[in-house]
Amino acid sequence: MAAAIYLNVAVSGVLTGLVYGLMALGLSVIFGVVRVVNFAHGEMMTIAMYLAIVLFGAFGLDPLAMLVPIAGVLFALGYAMQAGIINPFINRPEHSQFILLVAIALIIVNVLLIVFGPDARNVQTAYAFDSFLLGPLIVDATKVYAGGASLIVAGALFAFFRFAPVGKAIRACADNYTGALVVGLDVKRLYALTFGIGAACVGAAGAMLVLLFDVTPALGPALTLLAFIIVITGGLGSMPGALIGGVLIGLTEAMAGLLFTPSAKSMFSFGLLVLVLLFRPQGILGKRLSW
Amino acid sequence: MTALLTVDAVSKRFRGLLAVDKVSFRVEEGGIFAVIGPNGAGKTTLFNMIAGMFAPDEGAIVFAGERIDGLAPDAICRRGVGRTFQLVRPFPALSVEDNVVVGAMLHRRDLAAARRRADEVLRRLDLFGKREQPASALTLPDRKRLEVARALATDPKVLLLDEVMAGLRPAETDRMVSILRELNAETGLTILLIEHVMRAVMVLAGQVLVLHHGAAIAEGVPAAVVREPAVVQSYLGAEAVD
Amino acid sequence: MVKRLLEGASRRGLALLALLLIALLAAPWLADDYVLTVLIIILYFAYTGQAWNVMMGFAGQLSLGHALYVGLGAYTTAALYVHFGIGPWAGLPVAVAVAVAAGAVIGFLAFRFGVGGVYFAILTIAFAEFARIGFDHFRWVGGSSGFFLPVANYTSNDLWNLRGDPTMFYYVMLALTVAAFVLCHVLLRSRVGYYWQAIREDEIAARSLGIDTFRYKMYAVVISAGMTAVAGVFFAFYYNNLFPEQVFHISRSIELILGPIIGGIGTLFGPIIGAFLLTGLSEIMQELLTMLGLDAPGAKQVFYGACLLVVVMVLPDGIWPWLARRLGVTEPKR
Repeated sequence: MAAAIYLNVAVSGVLTGLVYGLMALGLSVIFGVVRVVNFAHGEMMTIAMYLAIVLFGAFGLDPLAMLVPIAGVLFALGYAMQAGIINPFINRPEHSQFILLVAIALIIVNVLLIVFGPDARNVQTAYAFDSFLLGPLIVDATKVYAGGASLIVAGALFAFFRFAPVGKAIRACADNYTGALVVGLDVKRLYALTFGIGAACVGAAGAMLVLLFDVTPALGPALTLLAFIIVITGGLGSMPGALIGGVLIGLTEAMAGLLFTPSAKSMFSFGLLVLVLLFRPQGILGKRLSW
Repeated sequence: MTALLTVDAVSKRFRGLLAVDKVSFRVEEGGIFAVIGPNGAGKTTLFNMIAGMFAPDEGAIVFAGERIDGLAPDAICRRGVGRTFQLVRPFPALSVEDNVVVGAMLHRRDLAAARRRADEVLRRLDLFGKREQPASALTLPDRKRLEVARALATDPKVLLLDEVMAGLRPAETDRMVSILRELNAETGLTILLIEHVMRAVMVLAGQVLVLHHGAAIAEGVPAAVVREPAVVQSYLGAEAVD
Repeated sequence: MVKRLLEGASRRGLALLALLLIALLAAPWLADDYVLTVLIIILYFAYTGQAWNVMMGFAGQLSLGHALYVGLGAYTTAALYVHFGIGPWAGLPVAVAVAVAAGAVIGFLAFRFGVGGVYFAILTIAFAEFARIGFDHFRWVGGSSGFFLPVANYTSNDLWNLRGDPTMFYYVMLALTVAAFVLCHVLLRSRVGYYWQAIREDEIAARSLGIDTFRYKMYAVVISAGMTAVAGVFFAFYYNNLFPEQVFHISRSIELILGPIIGGIGTLFGPIIGAFLLTGLSEIMQELLTMLGLDAPGAKQVFYGACLLVVVMVLPDGIWPWLARRLGVTEPKR
């Protein structure tokens, strides 16, 4: 095939991967700080996607414009989940927490199924069929906007954790729970905040993803798995790792879809996951964890 | 008497820190050998190497004529080395008896035989009356006894005890000391212990090794070792010497 | 041997158990076809829950991909039947062998490389997903369009080929569930069972007692996989159609674990109680919804999720331990 096709698919994959990366970033932040494996991550993303669809359908509001409000709603949801349900579980065994989130995920998926039905929905914006031409490259406008927005949000997040006092406090909790307590930080509130931030990432990513893909309730679990693959590949707890992992997965899926049958592309992601779990479980950029 | 356990110039480094520095000693069969020293001296690291949690960077560990450094913990236990943990690790959901049965099953497949051995050991450790209770319900002194009982049930040739007296009141300490002495006298069990509680060390140990900053600074009979200036200075303080 | 099996059980407990068994044996005469099919589903989940329990409740390894073994068992015997005319009972050893091999691979990869806890769970999900997508492309067994077993109208029950009316399937499933129960009971009181529990409670302490934890974890995975495959055989011949999307789907894996978690992980009766409660209650709920004129696909799952949530938060050990205390019954002494 012509090199141009490969290039186009690759670029497309990278841009989509940035959105994936943002989603995974949320998961990484949550795990890195609260040490909870958010099995409902993808499901939360579908909530955001459906929210975008409802806003677009009812009021004609562009998902990208609604990015911040949608992220805000998800922030509130995440905060509430952590404060209300998960915080009391902090000291329970690991699989207990995991199952708790499995239950939440199950509920979310099926409530969405009841409310929206199983049919695929999407958003067709005015620029849905536009594309940018750059030499041999033909890139979808939606992908460019989505990828760009992801980078901006990710950048804002990095800055928050680097420079904002609250951000630094959160990092302190992650590094040393007891130390943070001793220093007087309200760890539970910071945990809730962190979960909210992770959820907000997912909300933003969802608002963008709805421009690229159709949404069904069943997408939730698939996205959760994808988020895990990305985060484990890139390194659990590493923020740059999540982005890099996302791009890598986006790229792999796109290329696998091109070279093999599209439906088999997830197999490659899973294969990659298995390999990473076995040979480098801390991922590309992660720190060695004990579990 | 032959040396049951020989530790030969063993060293261990963790990143930049030299935790154990060319330590050597021999434990005679049937003896009670104590390792003492300030916190951070490398005692538990030494134990962990003998018990197989990780391998030494240098040196060799020989047990009953066979090199065991680098072997896995379960392989080492099967060869006759029993150990307790400094922070006790009971099986919380299992009963006291079942905890010990797990140990006894190393050499007995049959549940009834394992139970008999477990009950025997529990009696010796004053835990028989509590055998039906879940291990999670035990107080710390009882958990320490459970830890010893469980390791004992594996029929070890040498028992490694890591600060088994810590947190015990004097009366409980004395009881544990007499239990260990009985074990040693009646069954010839070799005991290697890490201890801070000097009253126990003085009474129990035939030989004492003092570690400081990972290195051996003194070795000998308890009465002599506690008088050595280096030991007094680094660990005991002048009041400890009667 | 029966005496040894019964040792330590309270009289009350044994009486209740006997009552339950009699009720279950008599069910086909007392119940209509609909209730019978519900009972079959309950027993199916009790069985698979018990099989999963071996890995999780006994050995402490969380598997969220158990649908893999159901699917492998189902597809293997179905393929042998459709392509070679080999009956399900003859094909069963092959199905079990395939599942055992898959379990061995997963277990080996995970345990040799120190993958545990949540990472292990994710690994099991990945393998199940891999199978789901892989079988979608597996033409020889129908691929994504499905694999169908020939169903004809039989005048009598053919036990050898598992063709017959619901009553036959009911007794087969009942026999399997009872067998699973007995097997788990025996395992728990053997060295294997004790060692598994030790590993579940504290793997490091277990190793210090001479337990080769790798080997025993492998036993748990492999036995669990094999047991689950048998359920797969039943599945194939009861439903007569297999679709990778359904058989290997993560929802199947999650359904499977609901019973034991709600009933009580690590207990003998937990999976059975959990299956009864969950399936029974959800059927009642479905009836209510239909009567009210509401048809909500997914309502059942929301119900499952809510049950799971409540149990995990309020009764983390599951319902059976609580119920057992109330009834004054204890599990046979382990």
